[in-house]
Amino acid sequence: MAEVRLRSYEFRSEREAAWQRLESLVDRVEKKGLRCLGEEELLALPQLYRHALSSLSVARAISLDRNLLLYLEGLTQRAYLAVYGVRRHLRETIAAFFLTSFPQALRRYGRHIAVATFALLVGTIAGFVLTTQDQDRFYAFVPGDYAGDRGPLASTASLREALYDTDHESGGLAAFASYLFTHNARVGMMCFALGFIVGIPVFLLLTTTGLLLGAFWALYASRGLSMEFWAWLSPHGVTELLAVLLCSAAGLAIAQSLVFPGRQTRLRNLARRGRDAGVLVLGAVLMFLVAGLIEGIFRQTVTSIPARWALAASTAAFWIWYPLVLGRDRKAS
Amino acid sequence: MTVAVDVLRPAGKERVHEVVTPEGVRLQFAIARVGDRIGAFLIDAVIIIVSSILIVVAAGAATGFDETGGWLWAFVYVALFLLQTGYFIWFESRGHGTTPGKRRMGIRIMEAEGGALTVEAITVRNVMRILEVHLPLIAILAPEAFWESAPEWARLLASVWLLAISALPLFNRNRLRAGDIVAGTVVVTTPRTNLEDDMGGDAPIRRRAQRAPAHGFTDEQLDIYGAYELQVLEGVLRRLDRGQADPPLLQAVADRIAAKIGWKRKIGRRDVGAFLSAFYGALRARLEQRMLLGKRKQDKHTPES
Repeated sequence: MAEVRLRSYEFRSEREAAWQRLESLVDRVEKKGLRCLGEEELLALPQLYRHALSSLSVARAISLDRNLLLYLEGLTQRAYLAVYGVRRHLRETIAAFFLTSFPQALRRYGRHIAVATFALLVGTIAGFVLTTQDQDRFYAFVPGDYAGDRGPLASTASLREALYDTDHESGGLAAFASYLFTHNARVGMMCFALGFIVGIPVFLLLTTTGLLLGAFWALYASRGLSMEFWAWLSPHGVTELLAVLLCSAAGLAIAQSLVFPGRQTRLRNLARRGRDAGVLVLGAVLMFLVAGLIEGIFRQTVTSIPARWALAASTAAFWIWYPLVLGRDRKAS
Repeated sequence: MTVAVDVLRPAGKERVHEVVTPEGVRLQFAIARVGDRIGAFLIDAVIIIVSSILIVVAAGAATGFDETGGWLWAFVYVALFLLQTGYFIWFESRGHGTTPGKRRMGIRIMEAEGGALTVEAITVRNVMRILEVHLPLIAILAPEAFWESAPEWARLLASVWLLAISALPLFNRNRLRAGDIVAGTVVVTTPRTNLEDDMGGDAPIRRRAQRAPAHGFTDEQLDIYGAYELQVLEGVLRRLDRGQADPPLLQAVADRIAAKIGWKRKIGRRDVGAFLSAFYGALRARLEQRMLLGKRKQDKHTPES
């Protein structure tokens, strides 16, 4: 009998070497990233991918070799993700994020941020007024472990000390400060996540955070330490509270896309909005880090009130300048 | 076109997420199974928890477990926070949508439309874990912690609500969790298949067929079976090639085929491999030839179409 010669076999033997080269490239990209490829290999990757893809189309039409088909399906999927699923170079991404997409997102979500700010302000003022009327309400607004040993029963001196503590024993306070920081960062992220359940909890959380802030303010104001309290809070607080507000705005945005999906389906709208507002969340996470650094280092080492106000004012100025100026369309120039 | 794919996924249990590449080819990614995802999450969670404990123990050893003192603790808090929130974001954006746990379970995330996976999307899908993992855990373990003065029924209702959100992947086709929905990502498997020798290639067929008596199959005999049977036979022969075949099974398969196609000669024990290889080669040549003419036969029950 004549030798069995299959077309699909010929087809495979002609292309196999290229598939295997692609496979070894994809293996390396998956392990170490695109950077590990040389210039020549970087050029070869998309070509080999297209070659494998066309092989797959042909194989689906002419071959019944199950192993071959499975191999090609898997190989093209992995190569596809290696070619299209990879973001740009990290440095470019970071630059593009800070120079364009983050400030643009801040402008785009201006209204959401305003709504979130309003909820926080309402909470703060209510907390201040209520605690001023009755000091015992402090405990209703501030959870015990958050307050530390600050409270209506604490002496004015110890409250003042909490604002200026920098001597060696304040190590405990430094730890406490970073505990507060992680707590606040969690609150911020939760504000975003809760947007998924239609946003009402976001308002709840913002208002309770405001109440807490207001209660502390009232406590310090009752001892005549109001200005010093804000000087203590603002250097990092401007950034930190803004980050909480950004997360909340993003949460409200996804809640909005759930409640008012517009022309698209809810799911699709949610995915689109989520990714879009994700810029705010990513920015906020980074802001929490900055705030944490300020809180941990600056506030514990610098106690002069003018210096604290100066930093607070400059961060505030920065956060006003940043979204207004950066990321504008270059068409104008 | 779709027949081949149907044959490839005969069980129908595996759900697929289809992406059309810019080149116009449809790729079907298999959606990761819930069990694999839980496994991957547990691995990652164990890594996070163990490293957290190590950090705390190391810091404790350095300060003599004096929790009120020391700048060190300030850094420990920040480090723990970074570890717990940054772990997934860091690995998923660096490691091509995988974390150590995901890699272990052979799953990865991809952007649902097949585009580039952005750091924003990764951040979003992982920040949502607060809602899906942390809050339900609190709700189960310490319900009084997050809603102090609530009545029992309200607390129960809130817990059920939270758990329902965590269980979201069980209730939708692509097994998306809340984070996936918001970030527009899908968790898929990209299985690795090794390219083995072509069973219809020269080497295996010649190796076995040389010793074989002449095998002439008529077209009528070859038209009985379809692609499904061919690929089952491929599996049997691959096992034989790897030396894992079990002789009674081979004999049974050969006898079944012989009976079905009306093969007159007796197939001796030594000839079984040769017979099956020859039949495989002939059947595949026949079916693939028909495919070129646009005629596919899926299995022995369905007529050519």
